[in-house]
Amino acid sequence: MARYLAIRLSDLAIVLFGVSVIAFLMIRLIPGDAVEIMLGANAEVTDEQIALLRTRLGLDEPAISQYFAWIGDLFRGDLGTSLWTGVPVTQEIGGRIWVTLELSLLALLLSVVLAVPAGCAMAYFRSSAADYVIRVITIAGVTVPNFWLGALLIFLFFALFPSFPSVGWVDFSVDPLGNLARLLLPTIALAVPVLATLSRIARSAMLDSLGQDYIRTARSKGVSERAVVFKHALRNALIPFVTALGISAGYLFGGAIVVEQVFALPGLGRLMIGAIAERNYPLVQASILLVTATFVFINFLIDLAYAALDPRISLR
Amino acid sequence: MSALASVSRLGARLGLNARTLRRQPMVWVGGGLMLVQVLLALGAPVLAPYDPLAQDILARLQGPSGAHWLGTDQFGRDVLSRIIYGYRSSLAIAASAVAIALVIGGFLGVIAAVKGGWIDRIVMRLMDILFAFPIILLAIGIIAILGPGPVTTSVAIGVVYIPIFARLLRGPTLVIAASEYVAGARAIGAGTSRIIVSHILPNLISVILVQASLSLSTAILVEASLSFLGIGTQPPDPSLGRMLAEARGYLLLSPWDSIFSGAAILLVSFGFNLFGDGLRDALDPRLRGSD
Repeated sequence: MARYLAIRLSDLAIVLFGVSVIAFLMIRLIPGDAVEIMLGANAEVTDEQIALLRTRLGLDEPAISQYFAWIGDLFRGDLGTSLWTGVPVTQEIGGRIWVTLELSLLALLLSVVLAVPAGCAMAYFRSSAADYVIRVITIAGVTVPNFWLGALLIFLFFALFPSFPSVGWVDFSVDPLGNLARLLLPTIALAVPVLATLSRIARSAMLDSLGQDYIRTARSKGVSERAVVFKHALRNALIPFVTALGISAGYLFGGAIVVEQVFALPGLGRLMIGAIAERNYPLVQASILLVTATFVFINFLIDLAYAALDPRISLR
Repeated sequence: MSALASVSRLGARLGLNARTLRRQPMVWVGGGLMLVQVLLALGAPVLAPYDPLAQDILARLQGPSGAHWLGTDQFGRDVLSRIIYGYRSSLAIAASAVAIALVIGGFLGVIAAVKGGWIDRIVMRLMDILFAFPIILLAIGIIAILGPGPVTTSVAIGVVYIPIFARLLRGPTLVIAASEYVAGARAIGAGTSRIIVSHILPNLISVILVQASLSLSTAILVEASLSFLGIGTQPPDPSLGRMLAEARGYLLLSPWDSIFSGAAILLVSFGFNLFGDGLRDALDPRLRGSD
C-alpha cells in the first residue's frame, strides 16, 4: 500500500506540473499580449510607455523565469494579482467560484439521486420493452446539447410561468429561495447529460454484477429479491459507478462554462472566458490550475479509496 | 462491389452476421439516422431548397410553411437549408477531429502498451495531463492560439480527444501483447511493427469502431458548444451551434429556429451514439446469445 501510494503521489505531482506548464504556455501562445489588448487602439501611446507597462507587469522577463516566479509564489500561497484590476486573483476567483460550485454540486446530486434507481431498473428488466425505451431516452439525454436544453427551458418557463426568474443570479445569503429558483433550470440543463451517462454506467455495472456467481448463490440460499438487487448487486456495482462519477466532475465544469453563458450566471466559466480574451495571465493560470487540480485530486482520492477497499488493486 | 465485399469480410472478422445484427435494432435505427444525415451533408448543394446565405428580410422569423419547411431566421434565411449546410460543417469538423485523435491517440496507446516500461509511463502521464483539462476549456485555449475556423476547430477537438483513444486502446493492447500467439509470433522472429500491424490492430477493430462512432457523437456536441460560444465556425458559414446562439436572441419572438437547429444537433449526435451503442452490444461476446 505504501508503495502504491508513493507511485500515485508521484504521478499526481507529474500531472500537476504538466498542467501548470500547459496553462502557463497556453495563455502566452495566444497572439497579442495583455499590454497590447490593454492599450488597444490607443494611438497616442509611445513605445516607452508600452515597455514601462510590460516591466511593471513583469512581462519583460524571459518566459522561463516568469514561470518559476509564478510557481515560487504559488508555493508561498500567492496566486498572483489580476493584470487588469490589480486585485489578488484569489479574490476574483473567490467571488465567482461559489456560483459554479453550487451549480455543479446541485447537478451532480440530481444526477446521482436519479441515475442509481434508473440504472438498477434498466439492468433488472433488461431486454424488456421498458429497458429499450429507457435506453433510447438515456442516449438522447447524453446527446442533447445542454445549451439548447437551457434555451428551451427558459422559453417553456417564460410561456408557462411568466413570473418565474429563469435567468440571472441572486446570492444564497441574500435570498435563499430566489437563489435556488434561479438555479433550477441551469441545474436541469447541466444535469441531464450527466444523469443519462451515469444511469447507463449504473445499468452496465449492475448487469455485470447481477451475472456473477455470488448472486446465484444468494438467490439459491433464499435471499429475498430485494436484498439480492440492493444489497448484493448494487454494492458491487458501485466501483465502476464511482469511477464514472470522478470523470463526470470534469464534464460538469466544461458544461458549466456553456450553461453559465445561457443563463447569464456570474460563474467561474464566464470569468475564465473573459480572462482569456483579456490575456489576464495570472487569472487564467490560477483558474485553470484550480479546476484541473480539483479534477485530478478527486480522481486520486477515488483511486486511493479503491486500493483501500480492494487489496488486489494495490498489488497490480 | 469490392467495397461491399470488404465490408462483409470485415463483418465476418468481427463475428457480426445477420443474426446478431437483427437482434440489435439500435444499430439499424442509429445507422439509418447516420446515413440520412451524412447524405444530406454530402448532397447539400443539390438537396438544400435555398441558398443558406440568401437573405429575404420581408420573410424573417417565420414559422414552418410550404415555402420554408422549417421556417426562416432573423434575416429571412431558410432554416432547413442552413441546417443541411450546418450538417456539412459539423460532420466534416467532427470526423476530422476523431480521425486526428484516433491516429495519434491510437498510436500512442498501442506503443505505450507494447513497449511498456518508461515509454508507457511517460506517454500515459502525458495523456493524464491532457485529460485533466475540461474538454471545452482546452479546446477554447487551442483555438485561441491557432485562430478560429473549421480547420483549427477540428485540430483543437482532435487534440482534446487524443487521451480518450490512447487510454482506450492501451488496455486491450496489453492483453493481446501478453497472449500466447504474440509470444509465438515473436518466437518465430516477427518484429514489433509486424506484430502491431498483423496481430494487434486487427483485434482492436471492434473497439475502434465503437469508440469512433461514440466519439463522433460527442465531438459534434463539442463543436456545437464552441460555435455556440462564438469560438468555432465563424460567420457567415452556417453552423448548427452558432445558428442556435443567434436564434436564442429571438427565442421569445419566434422559437422555431432555436427548436429546429437544436433538434438537428441532437439528431445527428443521437444517430452516431445509438449506432455505436448498439454496435458495442452486437460485438460483445458476453452479451451475444445471452438475451
